[in-house]
Amino acid sequence: MSISRDQVLHVARLARLDLSDDEVERLTAELAAILDAVSKVSELDLAEVPPTSHPLALVNAWAEDVPRDSLALGDVFANAPAREGDSFRVPPTG
Amino acid sequence: MSAIVDTLRLTAEEAIGLVERGDVSATELHAAYLDAIEERDAELHAYLRTVDEADGTSIPIALKDVISTKGVETTAGSKILSGYVPVFDATVATRCRDAGLTLLGKTNTDEFAMGSSTENSAFGPSRNPWDPSLVPGGSGGGTSAAVTAGLAPWGLGSDTGGSIKQPSALCGNVGLRPTYGTVSRYGVVAFASSLDQVGPVAKNVRDVALLYSIIAGRDPEDSTTVELPGAVVLPQEDRLEGLRVGVPRQATELEAIEPGVRAAFDVALTRLEELGAEVGECELPRAFDYGIACYYLIATAEASSNLARYDGVRYGPRSEGTTYREMVERTRDEGFGDEPKRRIMLGTYALSAGYYDAYYGQAQKVRTLIVREHADVFGRFDVLATPTSPTVAFPIGHKAADPLAMYACDLLTIPSCLAGLPGLNVPCGFSEGLPVGLQLIGPQLSENTLFRAGHALERSLGLDLVPERLRT
Repeated sequence: MSISRDQVLHVARLARLDLSDDEVERLTAELAAILDAVSKVSELDLAEVPPTSHPLALVNAWAEDVPRDSLALGDVFANAPAREGDSFRVPPTG
Repeated sequence: MSAIVDTLRLTAEEAIGLVERGDVSATELHAAYLDAIEERDAELHAYLRTVDEADGTSIPIALKDVISTKGVETTAGSKILSGYVPVFDATVATRCRDAGLTLLGKTNTDEFAMGSSTENSAFGPSRNPWDPSLVPGGSGGGTSAAVTAGLAPWGLGSDTGGSIKQPSALCGNVGLRPTYGTVSRYGVVAFASSLDQVGPVAKNVRDVALLYSIIAGRDPEDSTTVELPGAVVLPQEDRLEGLRVGVPRQATELEAIEPGVRAAFDVALTRLEELGAEVGECELPRAFDYGIACYYLIATAEASSNLARYDGVRYGPRSEGTTYREMVERTRDEGFGDEPKRRIMLGTYALSAGYYDAYYGQAQKVRTLIVREHADVFGRFDVLATPTSPTVAFPIGHKAADPLAMYACDLLTIPSCLAGLPGLNVPCGFSEGLPVGLQLIGPQLSENTLFRAGHALERSLGLDLVPERLRT
């Protein structure tokens, strides 16, 4: 199983990682080796097997719809890198 | 005071007794552990930070740094959370506090609990109390090293594919990965949500059972939690008549298992028989052939989704960028270490258009096979036994450059995690002077059976689990 440099760059864009050239090079080699190992799952014919997304056989867990206080704004912004009024300040999306 | 409190040997149950009888005050007890930390943790680096909040009749506890503690920095071992101070407690932290436990400190972890050696912590590795040139295991190496070195009577870890059980094996203490859904994940930094589970680490099985009884049970804040079917029973029995122990052939035939580990495991199996248990062989071929591949697809897919929240907007350090997107991408590249990046990349790839069915979808089906295989085996056996780790503790740096070698550390712990089953590490002997752990696996919600078997085994073996170099 191999993965190309372009594929690594594409995945990094999807994952919002601004990888350095060195990182791209290293990850291209490492991911190829890891993908080779995990591709083992494709050896099995599992067309008739249902997927498991969760290990406990839980059905819906209902909660009472009761209003309650949310976090105070001071707490909400306590760890924010930048705040403007009651908003998180970020650079322009443009 | 230190004459009264030998933190290297004191169990949590004994500590509770000392404080209840008034032999030692809670403040003195807390101070004894802080003194031990002062004396030994410069070398071991089990803690990322300590706090001093002893009061009343409280008993101290160490919490892995993935567990949110209100007002106390919580980093998950990552630069991207450095300086992050939670404004609420994780449910497990609240339950500990309500039960009269006070926080001694936050323990080191591989970044986002991703690793098997604690070398991936952004704040430097922890070291093994038996030999500081060796790893303590991971990701919960901090809690495990702290318990073994007498730097905490007990602690909480979190386990996704072995992060409680494997460090307990490598440090020589008892660690429980509970049945998925029995312990709340609310306020616990998420790695892989269908696998993550918080659990106790302590010097013996009774302490682990006691701490499990404190943290377990349904939490309205975590809709994946369930109520326990019955009370947690502190184990007392020394005999194991009627207990059927299955030994998966595939797990014991693995070439990766060191001869010394195999020998200690075999001695422990004989001991289980002497205690009255029936030991027989069973088969789990898919679980051990495909477990690691299945796990590294599911866990990384879930991690790539969970770690999307670290964007430099609401908390954590932010890198400069002229646009929003540039800021986010730089924050993430500079904030995450190599292992989270590797897993985010693998998980994103496995979930991306064109690859989803072949990787993530297929892994979820393999997971079904592994669930079914275990269910079949538990028709004939009450518990399964394997070595916990194929090796004893290995040198720092030994596997750090080879991700696949590091992933293989968990090949014995992973399959049961995929099936949501509880697993208990119990020390079962030594190899090359280092502890070897035995893993007991049971059906879902069978913790009391694991406690019973583990307790009888540890009592019968009577191992001295204080590292020789620390004995006085």
